[in-house]
Amino acid sequence: MRPDLLPVALANYVGLASVIFFIGVAGVVVRRNPLIMLMSIELMWNAANLLFLAFARAWLNNAGHIFAFLVITVAAAEAAIGLAIVVVVFRSRANVDVDEVALMKG
Amino acid sequence: MTIAFWALAVLLVASAMFVITAKKPVHSVAGLLAHFFFLAITYFMLSAEFLAVIQLIVYSGAILMLFVFVIALLSSGVAPFSVGPDRLPKIAAPATLIVAVLLGFVAYGISREPIVLANEHGVAAGPVGAAGVFGSVADFGHALFTTNLLPFEITAFILMVAVIGVILLAGDHVPYVPTRRRARIVERDMREAIVRAGEE
Repeated sequence: MRPDLLPVALANYVGLASVIFFIGVAGVVVRRNPLIMLMSIELMWNAANLLFLAFARAWLNNAGHIFAFLVITVAAAEAAIGLAIVVVVFRSRANVDVDEVALMKG
Repeated sequence: MTIAFWALAVLLVASAMFVITAKKPVHSVAGLLAHFFFLAITYFMLSAEFLAVIQLIVYSGAILMLFVFVIALLSSGVAPFSVGPDRLPKIAAPATLIVAVLLGFVAYGISREPIVLANEHGVAAGPVGAAGVFGSVADFGHALFTTNLLPFEITAFILMVAVIGVILLAGDHVPYVPTRRRARIVERDMREAIVRAGEE
């Protein structure tokens, strides 16, 4: 078991996944549209998935694939619940902005 | 393979940037669709073919459709789009050209140096989709249904919890409980309505 079986060095995959992850973080922090914030969260899930698969391929271990499968399931559940919350909160408003929802802010 | 990786890296980062910078949420969904497609190609290059297919089916097919439906639902009360001759953004044509060129690089890189499949004894050449090699559907399914059966069953539980949560959040808040008393009330109301209709 040696981690040098990849045609492309593992560090490149780690760098690419971190760049995508932080693009997702920037989307959550900067954008005020809840739908685009949810999409940025999906970007972060997928960066994590990419890392799981890259390390699974590097170490030739199947566990990363199982983890990526679980991550996809949890991401689907999260997207469904998040979108349900968005629909409930913003059903009666014309423009969608998370800053308008400040009821639970201290 | 290196060419393919760097072309895919550029495409992935560019589409992710488009997702978070687009003005309309629908454009973000389009960018996310492209992102997931490029990510599926990357998964194929990592010889995770089952996960690549799942990525396309579950993410692009199910989750993004959910986003599109919610966007349609939320903007149903808003004034409609102004439909003009130039509905596509101005960068659409050059962006399509650049994406096509980069995808050509990806195809060239993969075809020049085919994806090396590996098994537990090291790197082994073999056709993609062959049984038993690392990352194939048979390999993944064997791992999922033997060693990792409990996590697989837990995913079913997670999805059920999500379904119940979504119904409680966004569904009808007066659930219909078919009790015997309620059935009797409904029956009586219907009978009275029929009698009233007959009298009139």
